[in-house]
Amino acid sequence: MKGRKMKTTAAPAAVMVGPVTLWLAFFVAVPLLYVFVMSFCSLDQNYNIVFAFTLDNYARLSDVNYIAIYLQSLIIAFLTTVICLGLAYPFAFLIARTVSKYKAVLYMLVVIPFWTNSLIRIYGWRTFLGANGWLNNALIAMGIISEPLDLLFSKATTVLGMVYCLIPYMVLPLYTAIEKLDKNLLEASADLGAKKLTTYRKIVIPLTASGIFSGSIMVFIPCLGLFFVSDILGGGNSDIIGNLIERQFQSGNNWPLGSALSIILIAVTLLLVKLYQKCGGDMESLGV
Amino acid sequence: MGRNAKLRTGQTAGKLYCLLIYLFLFLPIAVIVVNSFNDTTSKPYLSWKGFTFDWYLKLFDNTALLGSFGNTMIIAVANTLLATCIGTLAAVGMYKYKFRGKTIIDSLLYIPVVIPEIVMGISLLTLFSKTNIPRGMLTLILAHVTFSIPFVIFNVRARLAGYDNSIEEASLDLGANRMQTFFRITLPVLAPGIGGGALLAFTLSLDDVIISYFTNGQTKTFPLKVMESIKSGVAPDINALSTLILIGTILLVVFTQRTSMNRKDNKEGK
Repeated sequence: MKGRKMKTTAAPAAVMVGPVTLWLAFFVAVPLLYVFVMSFCSLDQNYNIVFAFTLDNYARLSDVNYIAIYLQSLIIAFLTTVICLGLAYPFAFLIARTVSKYKAVLYMLVVIPFWTNSLIRIYGWRTFLGANGWLNNALIAMGIISEPLDLLFSKATTVLGMVYCLIPYMVLPLYTAIEKLDKNLLEASADLGAKKLTTYRKIVIPLTASGIFSGSIMVFIPCLGLFFVSDILGGGNSDIIGNLIERQFQSGNNWPLGSALSIILIAVTLLLVKLYQKCGGDMESLGV
Repeated sequence: MGRNAKLRTGQTAGKLYCLLIYLFLFLPIAVIVVNSFNDTTSKPYLSWKGFTFDWYLKLFDNTALLGSFGNTMIIAVANTLLATCIGTLAAVGMYKYKFRGKTIIDSLLYIPVVIPEIVMGISLLTLFSKTNIPRGMLTLILAHVTFSIPFVIFNVRARLAGYDNSIEEASLDLGANRMQTFFRITLPVLAPGIGGGALLAFTLSLDDVIISYFTNGQTKTFPLKVMESIKSGVAPDINALSTLILIGTILLVVFTQRTSMNRKDNKEGK
């Protein structure tokens, strides 16, 4: 009986799962393995990649200039995550618990900006903040300042751009977690005499921790790679790991070194995801 | 201050706060839309020189820009079709059948979702270069399908969570074959999940910068055209096209939401 059942399901199972298996194997697993192999390759005099084993690429990663950029990148990612969480939590709380009949619209309004190309939105910030930009012109027109303020091309503007790009990835999981929160628990806590702050600290925050964790991971990790944000708004003053990798694969043309940098980025990602799972995080909720 | 008054100031403060966040989210969009009507030809197109519709009309003469938009649409549609088919089949197959290596597929699925896009981009670049697949439209579609599949699967899987297997058994018992059962029972029940996944695949493809940047060769998509123009200043015609794309996307989403809601209403009405 069992044998027969296996036989009848093997064919449909292969038809259904076969394509995805092949696709993931060829376009996800193989390329990543190849990047791993390439990180141990060398370049010959003509900058061709040769498969001669070397640890040089990894040795070069410990260059002081590179380490400064990793640190800068981690700091930018950390600040971005903290600011996103701080801004998004009250916001998600308010729209998740509103009784307004426009709740669905309020939710959609968070997503809509992200249907416009992200580059052009980041460029919009440059137009807004630039020396001849809207903000400076408005402030000068109002007589608040006489000389345009130098607002662009700093770490702060890079963080602003990152927060802007990534905040929906914080809002959406928080919204989901807060919406699941049982209102009765909050009332019970208040009835039993807990102050508002105590209720938040002991009930609301722990029960929405899943949203906090998945939001943080979905902001922190991409923040290490979004090279165009630091390019456009940071003006070369706030490079992140993504910029280092991009340069090696484009102008620098040193793919083995770029591969080694990518392996570092993969290692950081895996470490954070493991940490996330240790905290009880659910992988499924990272998909939005 | 009485309790009610306190509550009211609290609510007002809350509304004000949300308004500020929305302002933050929509500020650059406002810049794009306003600049699409900016009557200026001087780079970098920053200062306001008066109102005009010209850029929307001139858009039709800018063949390079329109061509890049055409590429973006071809890629987005091909990506949506492929990713939705592969993803839906996979989600149903993985839900219904037990087989060896399922956990491996599952963990491979999370890679494109969690790993920074730049790593996906450069890994595909090295693959295409090693296998001598010429970079262009084809590699862009392959790359987009790769990052879209997981999102389709997650969407369909969410729908499968409440799926009642017995309706399929009933269909088989009543003499329908597997194909008929799949197309007439399984697919209609999963339709909202599939539609949501397809819409997500479409919008992700439309907006992708980083992975396209590494896999495009000479083929320019609209986002890559924007990237190219950033050094010299984003021209108002690009803003005009962005505005039109945004309006198009909003209409598409509102329309699909409406139809899925209507369908739900009809069902509940009966």
